[in-house]
Amino acid sequence: MVRKVVRGFYAVAHAVKLCRPNVICAYPITPQTEIVENLAAMYANGELENCEYITAESEFGAASILVGASATGARTFTATCSQGLILMSEVLWNAAGMRLPIVMVIANRSLSAPLSIWNDHQDSMAMRDACIMQVYVENNQEAHDMIPQAYKIAENRDVMLPFMVCMDGYKLTHAYEPVDLLDQETVDKFLPPYDPPIKLTTKDPLTFGCYAPPHCYMEFRVVMQRAMERAKKVMEDVFEEWAGLTGRNWGGLIATDHMEDAEVAVVAMGSVVGLVRDVVEEMRKEGKKVGLVKIRSFRPFPVEDLRKALKDVERIVVFERAVSFGHEGPVAMELKSALFGHSDAKVYSFAVGLGGRDIPKQLVRKCIEKSEEIEPGFYFEGVKDFEEVIV
Amino acid sequence: MVDILIEVRFHGRGGQGVVTAADILAVAGFKEGYWTLSFPMFGAEKRGTPVVSYLRLSDRQIVERDEIYNPDYVVVLDPTVIGPVRVEAGIKENGMIIANYPKTAEELRKEHFSNLNSSVKVLTINATRMAMEILGRPITNTAMVGAFAGATKLIKLSTLKETVFEWFERKGEELANKNVEIVEKAYKEMEGKV
Repeated sequence: MVRKVVRGFYAVAHAVKLCRPNVICAYPITPQTEIVENLAAMYANGELENCEYITAESEFGAASILVGASATGARTFTATCSQGLILMSEVLWNAAGMRLPIVMVIANRSLSAPLSIWNDHQDSMAMRDACIMQVYVENNQEAHDMIPQAYKIAENRDVMLPFMVCMDGYKLTHAYEPVDLLDQETVDKFLPPYDPPIKLTTKDPLTFGCYAPPHCYMEFRVVMQRAMERAKKVMEDVFEEWAGLTGRNWGGLIATDHMEDAEVAVVAMGSVVGLVRDVVEEMRKEGKKVGLVKIRSFRPFPVEDLRKALKDVERIVVFERAVSFGHEGPVAMELKSALFGHSDAKVYSFAVGLGGRDIPKQLVRKCIEKSEEIEPGFYFEGVKDFEEVIV
Repeated sequence: MVDILIEVRFHGRGGQGVVTAADILAVAGFKEGYWTLSFPMFGAEKRGTPVVSYLRLSDRQIVERDEIYNPDYVVVLDPTVIGPVRVEAGIKENGMIIANYPKTAEELRKEHFSNLNSSVKVLTINATRMAMEILGRPITNTAMVGAFAGATKLIKLSTLKETVFEWFERKGEELANKNVEIVEKAYKEMEGKV
């Protein structure tokens, strides 16, 4: 293991290389592009053995190629975000239904219109219901560490589902910071070769994703839901094994700080977590009973862990990086549904940093403090005064 | 642990290596024992438009990923952004502005920073001329990286030269050596001005 200052892109690409993928297929989109550029360079330099690198004509094509490749038993990788992810979405629902453990990195970016290349979580949230696992990372070390873990979880025979490692575009992808880079030996010891229970071969033809009339379609949905439920335990086991192997313990499906006696819980996901933790520490030093809940796995959603962590709190402040228009922030929606009947805590959902708007420390603190004075509900914070024009 | 957090903001224009300047210092700072973080704020991503990038140096892991509003240091790579962009915005007391500017620090202060707190130090260097002389192109990032190190002494010259050489080596040894030459020249020129 060597600690080096690298860019987020490289931290991901290096980890992907060590996982010995067989097919990498992508279409460039900012701020993801340099992940696959790095992999393309590694491929061209002969660093990727037994691997095909394919540049597709679109994200739709890239996802389609990986569905075919994964069905033959290949370990596959792609990265995308924003409009690219949305364009992939039709294929990704198929990948999940066909139970193909494709691992992808989402360099989280907002959705059009208006066009924005900057960061929020609207893109991956749009894939919430697709039966694809989603883990959000806080820094580039966690992104690096999640890649081998993602393969191990996705390829587990109890799971067999696609996996999205969600990392904030620019905030993480473009940041240089120190990362302990894994070595081949460590990853080889941790991650066995992909060995699917069934695969496409010319000798033994099969059909994946075939026609399912009403008398059998529903059972496919039942087993997908069961696989997601089983994924929780698999994740916990893999996370624990990782902590033992590397000494880096990122927590379970959630990670908590100061929750033992907290009256106010702050819930966040992604790269803002570090700053939120800092604010929580600051408020603790002032004697305020505040705690942090970092949601790592958004799918499967950590219902039991959240019920346990949040059972005694009075208020819950949620930082949202997306909006479910016509309702509220998606994290609060899920959280409230998980807590219904288990907690009387008031939930305050704050949408911040949409389309890359900065989230300064003061804003984080302001939201937490504001929750003392306002009604529970959904709020946008860090918005300028403006006049609405209705045409 | 003394909990040091040094925040640096870089201003310039697309094509001058504003992002690379922060990145080089993140690598060099790490070699000096700091925990470092650099990241850009992309605008239109076009040559010539104002660009900002950020650098943090600390003795602990850096969790602050927000933009830098109250920098300890401001480094300006292009004299023409001063004015259109309020490069001095939010600078801390006893902070320092290190600018690529063809005139003296006194003249810069008079022309653009007349309301600036007197505790803030202003330093200038003609990095464009230096880059034209040595590189033949007005790319001022390595000169300003050298100037920053020379003025602040946060990074040793030898560490910076090594980092800059490694950074540009992939583009050819000649270019790497020229950039090392600029770094040294700017470092020494600044050393004399502090």
